[in-house]
Amino acid sequence: MVIKGNGAVNTMEAVKINTKEKERTKVTYHKSVFSSVLTGITWGAAILALAVLVFLVGFILIRGVKNLTLEQFAWTYNTENVTMLPAIINTVTMTVLSLLLAAPLGIFSAIYLVEYANKRGTLVGLIRITAETLSGIPSIVYGLFGMLFFTKTLKMGYSMMSGACTLAIMILPLIMRTAEEALKSVPDSYREASFGLGAGKLRTIFKIVLPSAVPGILSGVILATGRVVGETAALLFTAGTIAKVAGLMDSGRTLAVHMYALSSEGLYMNQMYATGVILMLIVLLINGCSGMIAKKIAKK
Amino acid sequence: MKLRETIMKLVFLIAACCSVLAVALICIFLFMNGVPAIFKIGPLKFLTGTVWKPGNNIFGILPMIVGSICVTGLAILMGVPVAILTSVFLSRYCPKKFYGICKSGINLMAGIPSIVYGFFGLVVIVPLMAQLTGKNGNTMLTASILLAVMILPTVVGVTESAITSVPESYYEASLGLGATHSQSVFFAVVPAAKSGILAGIVLGIGRAIGETMAVIMIAGNQPRMPKGITEGLRTMTANIVLEMGYASGLHREALIATGVVLFVFILLINLSVSMLNRRVPYGD
Repeated sequence: MVIKGNGAVNTMEAVKINTKEKERTKVTYHKSVFSSVLTGITWGAAILALAVLVFLVGFILIRGVKNLTLEQFAWTYNTENVTMLPAIINTVTMTVLSLLLAAPLGIFSAIYLVEYANKRGTLVGLIRITAETLSGIPSIVYGLFGMLFFTKTLKMGYSMMSGACTLAIMILPLIMRTAEEALKSVPDSYREASFGLGAGKLRTIFKIVLPSAVPGILSGVILATGRVVGETAALLFTAGTIAKVAGLMDSGRTLAVHMYALSSEGLYMNQMYATGVILMLIVLLINGCSGMIAKKIAKK
Repeated sequence: MKLRETIMKLVFLIAACCSVLAVALICIFLFMNGVPAIFKIGPLKFLTGTVWKPGNNIFGILPMIVGSICVTGLAILMGVPVAILTSVFLSRYCPKKFYGICKSGINLMAGIPSIVYGFFGLVVIVPLMAQLTGKNGNTMLTASILLAVMILPTVVGVTESAITSVPESYYEASLGLGATHSQSVFFAVVPAAKSGILAGIVLGIGRAIGETMAVIMIAGNQPRMPKGITEGLRTMTANIVLEMGYASGLHREALIATGVVLFVFILLINLSVSMLNRRVPYGD
């Protein structure tokens, strides 16, 4: 009994001391000028970063919306209307093409890395290093490579196809990494349950593991879409700059290339504003989608 | 059944080898097309020549190399402190309510195309700079300011995860010794994350040195040695894009060789990033 009582008193005292401590910390926290300065500059930096972003997005949207006119969505391009409709269509084609090339490759490599590979093997190390290297290469180097390899050596010429091949290599590491993370986050118990029911490895992968990893893979694909839509330097010398709705083997400009072409002609400020708005809206939409998917994954 | 399993395993393996193949192809084609030009011009003349006059067959890319380094250095000087403080804010100061908004803001910054950044620089920063200096607004400073903004999300992403992965015990131990929240964060947590932060900075350097479209629109692009922060300059990336459209013969090869030099820079940067990442930070 005595011991118990003592214990209770001790706890009470401990609580008291703790609250006192807390108060004291708070006091020093407010008193220490240096700490307040540190807190201040940290907040300041974050506010500065976000303010720049808000200003940038707001500026482009508000100044640009005024410059959106109907004639910029005309079907055929001429120097009078400077329409961006062909560029929009080409952007869609380019996105679909490069995703069709890169997504299966990226997802399959991720499957190999997660489900089959010996994690400490030399091959896995090599694949990781090269994927890392690919994600660090600037887009202009991809553009040069695409020009030398796809347009010249493989004789594909300035075409949507050589542009899409170049971009596919560029977005491959992004899709690979996100797919790998998504596959890794599928619990092993799923696989074991499937094996236990007598399913083979292949069936387990395609019927059990991949479906549960879809949201993660999708968020990677969406991020890759964003990169394709915004890409310019890698496309200038692979897909070219012709302002027409392009077939697979024709040269065509995407929206971002269209914007650069306008800027290098230097006559079309208003049209550049308008193109900027459309690009910005697409980017906002893409970011919104990937944000929503991320939330869904977090809820799971 | 067994056969199908084996075939698909092979398919996955081949897909996985694609990235290895891609890097090999990129190296081979760039070096094969660029290196001969370097030797035709003379490696020393090419790398240390200060005059770039394709019309007269004079190809010295030192002005562009120095230009790239200057712009990148200045951008890092301006961007990195803000980026590190922002990631400290995100991981240790940000109220939970705002974290989602802040984080998606940074993600949005990473998603904005460089051509849009360039356009923003062209219509906002260039006129501002012209007013401040009373001269042409297409300057080294203009380009660096824009690049500082552009590398922010890259640096923040890596730095924040480095700071977040520092064990909580570091922070608590520091608090226990009587340090305040800010002191604990800045003198116990941040120093512990320094190799991750360094990796973030190096990645930022890579991003800045490889940036093309935004720089072309606002840096002035004069192919001469950079004279000062309020003068225009040309970077390696800009050199390639500006002249590749009409170049032929040795001129074209010299531009590809410029790409090779840029590529070597990037490979060195990548190498240092992976070396920084390989260090095990908290030896458990």
